[in-house]
Amino acid sequence: MVTVLIAILFPFVCAALIPLLYRRLRRVTHLGWFVLAVPFILFLLLARYIPQIAEGKTFIHTYEWIPSFNINFTTYLDGLSMIFGLLITGVGSLVILYSIFYLSTKESLHHFYCYLLLFMGAMLGVVFSDNLMVLYTFWELTSVSSFLLIAFWHHRKASRAGARKAMTITVFGGLSMLAGFLMLFVASGSFSIREIIANVEVIRDHTLFTPALILILIGAFTKSAQFPFHIWLPDAMEAPTPVSAYLHSATMVKAGIYLVARFSPVFGGEAIWFWLVSVIGLATLFWGSFNAVRQTDLKALLAFSTISQLGLIMSLFGLGSVGHYYGYAENTILYTQASFAALFHLVNHSTFKGALFMMVGIVDHEVGTRDIRRLGGLMALMPVTFTIAVIGGFSMAGLPPFNGFLSKEMFFAAMLAIRNVEAFSITDVGLLFPIIAWVASIFTFVYSFILISRTFFGKLQPDKIDKKPHEAPIGMLISPIILSILVVGIFFFPNMLGHYILEPAMASIYPTFPSTSELTPHIHAWHGINAELLMTLGVIIIGAILFKTLKSWKPLYRIFSQKYTFNTYYNRLIEMSENGSAKLTNRYMTGHLTHYFIYIYVFFVALIAGYFIWSDAIVFDFAKDSTVESYELILVFVMVFAAIWMIFAKGRVTAMLLNGVLGYSIAFFFVIFRAPDLALTQLVVESVTTALFLLCFKYLPDLMPESAHKKIQWSNATISILVGATVTLIGLAVVHFDRFEPVSTYFNDAYELAGGSNIVNTILGDFRAFDTMLEVVVLLIAGLGVYTLTKLKPRKEKTDHEN
Amino acid sequence: MKINDVILRTVTKAVVFIILTLGVYLFFAGHHAPGGGFIGGLVLASGIVLLYLAYDIETVHKGMPFDFKKMAALGVLLATGTAIGSLFFDVPFLTQAHTYIEVPIFGKMGFSTVTIFEAGVALTVVGVVVTIILSISEDE
Repeated sequence: MVTVLIAILFPFVCAALIPLLYRRLRRVTHLGWFVLAVPFILFLLLARYIPQIAEGKTFIHTYEWIPSFNINFTTYLDGLSMIFGLLITGVGSLVILYSIFYLSTKESLHHFYCYLLLFMGAMLGVVFSDNLMVLYTFWELTSVSSFLLIAFWHHRKASRAGARKAMTITVFGGLSMLAGFLMLFVASGSFSIREIIANVEVIRDHTLFTPALILILIGAFTKSAQFPFHIWLPDAMEAPTPVSAYLHSATMVKAGIYLVARFSPVFGGEAIWFWLVSVIGLATLFWGSFNAVRQTDLKALLAFSTISQLGLIMSLFGLGSVGHYYGYAENTILYTQASFAALFHLVNHSTFKGALFMMVGIVDHEVGTRDIRRLGGLMALMPVTFTIAVIGGFSMAGLPPFNGFLSKEMFFAAMLAIRNVEAFSITDVGLLFPIIAWVASIFTFVYSFILISRTFFGKLQPDKIDKKPHEAPIGMLISPIILSILVVGIFFFPNMLGHYILEPAMASIYPTFPSTSELTPHIHAWHGINAELLMTLGVIIIGAILFKTLKSWKPLYRIFSQKYTFNTYYNRLIEMSENGSAKLTNRYMTGHLTHYFIYIYVFFVALIAGYFIWSDAIVFDFAKDSTVESYELILVFVMVFAAIWMIFAKGRVTAMLLNGVLGYSIAFFFVIFRAPDLALTQLVVESVTTALFLLCFKYLPDLMPESAHKKIQWSNATISILVGATVTLIGLAVVHFDRFEPVSTYFNDAYELAGGSNIVNTILGDFRAFDTMLEVVVLLIAGLGVYTLTKLKPRKEKTDHEN
Repeated sequence: MKINDVILRTVTKAVVFIILTLGVYLFFAGHHAPGGGFIGGLVLASGIVLLYLAYDIETVHKGMPFDFKKMAALGVLLATGTAIGSLFFDVPFLTQAHTYIEVPIFGKMGFSTVTIFEAGVALTVVGVVVTIILSISEDE
């Protein structure tokens, strides 16, 4: 099905068109209205396939891209990629609609929307690609576009720092993931995820299987901001709020979760997978929620909350992998429901967190601050925003009647069920799973209430805020309202979502199971008084107490010294590597041309002469050589004379002219040996370089007598003699070098193959045209380099960049 | 110091046309005889450099009001363009097509997409060489 391929490429094409559109439209209307059409069309396009996907169909389309390297542009639309595709395009539409009112036309909108579309295409590429290499490419592209979007207000120092941090950490993970993919390729012989899943029995015993597992997980953990890689996400909140709502809560940070879900059929049965995914997930869940409580910036609070919720989803996928260990059986639903809960919470989190981010954006936009110490009493002034905050916040805290309640209950159920699993020696620590989950949920409850009450209750502090707060324009409210309606709607009709969207995705996570309909639980809001409900009640009661007594226990956070945070370690690591590489580079980049020549020549002699000596290839056979004519000898003497004189020349111009003598003599040799092409080229090149040298010498001081030590002079002399000897010896030896088949036979039928009887030109323009093309590009780059180095001077006027 | 370069200027006036014509000839001769885009471009560039040496930059610029940076960029665009163009005909990257057509007066002539590729090479060479020489010499 080619639709998916078009869906991936469409945003990229539109991103390329934006500069053209922007020029025409900047005075007429907001660019966002046109960009809005892109995700909306794609959303409708994908939604049309929901019924077919729900029936268990999958769509695959292969475009052969680089078949010789097994890299094909294979798109695969199944239940799992459908969920993500709908989230990317659906939330994307809402976010762009929101951004139209959030960003004024004075901002550089063409950049913003170009990056946003770039991200959208890349993200769709990640979830729809079946080929690991294509997936990796898109994966890194999401990192790059996220970098550009975080640094959108690049005049702010914090924006640039946050962008760099996000880039460093996610690209580090991406590279490790690439290594993992390559190991998988070595083990399975295929880049196709479906083929790897089909051959999982074979590759499981491969020695690279476990390293691949760990490396791929590092990729997933960095992208999804899992502990201890979570530190980039709070700093990424420097991005404009629509970006935070879209990339850093709803879509990009879920790419890691997608990867874990996608690879659970491959790695799911492994103990190390179970422990890594679920324990890291739980640690992230706890650490995120614990730290969210102490934040004073609303967006930072939401960032830590996102980290925590991502950990929740991650840990659920870890628990769900037990289902792969047991295989298809009667009671497998006990474990597969964890994966189901993960998918369900994934959707729910996107709805309520999207609404909350947009709410915070509205508050920031209308009040002028996001600091909860300055906010308060906005309930009466911003009633609609308040309602959105309550719906989103209660859903996040896991209260009915909102969708977060349902998935939170299922989360508790899965955590309780895992206690009794006998595999992977879980029983020893089984009780810890529900306890940590429960404690983290209490903190979740607390920060959800901090978010609502500190912003909207209490007293308005007009002296601390710059603007007079009022309700946001209707356009800005539409998107969060739609999301809030979904939050409530999913609570009342959860099984519609469950049947059409989540159940086919379960089939992607458990592809070997004959039927998934029994594996997907029927979602009930009320299922009697059981352990989960009691846990929720406990969360509410203890959470309420903790919230009331917040002041008395908040000093607890001071125990954690600022010296030993992960951020300090990260900064120290970056600083160390920067200093180390600077030291290393300064050691050999001395600024002396002589030194650079020494590096080049020593390397040249060591490599080339070393290879020839090592392989015994220096064999001379003068018998086959033709006789040396007397006029050739004359030329040789001229060259030797010029070369030796050049060393003792007093002035630059003399040396350059003698160099010219050498060049023209070589051209003569080309003529004698009947190579007119080469002779002509040599002559012209020689003339042009001579002119160039003359120009350059104008700026150089006169040659100074060398004041170097005798020792250095001797070592330099040795190196130059060695280089000369290497070139001469190899020149003599290669004539009879017969280790490889000569390539000249390849050009014998140049006329038939390339239609030209000048072999030199057919080589340049046809046989080795790739070289020529790249050489032309290099030439252009070199020319532009000279131009910029000599022409462009740093601007004098002050910029508005903070440093 | 003003150099009296009457001889150079007079010679240049005549020689430049010969050099430029040779450059164009070499460019077209390339397919079957010595020549081609690279040499042709170099010869053209050396002709232009000679003009710059004999006259001052303003005079030459009045006669040839080209932006040589753009010329180089156009050359690269042509070279990579023909390379990518082959993809639209479902043949491997950089595949070149050639054919022979009867042209009145000239007789049977070969036409090849290599010529476009070579034109790209030639333009880049001219553009880059002149750009480098101009940017170094103009830097005061």
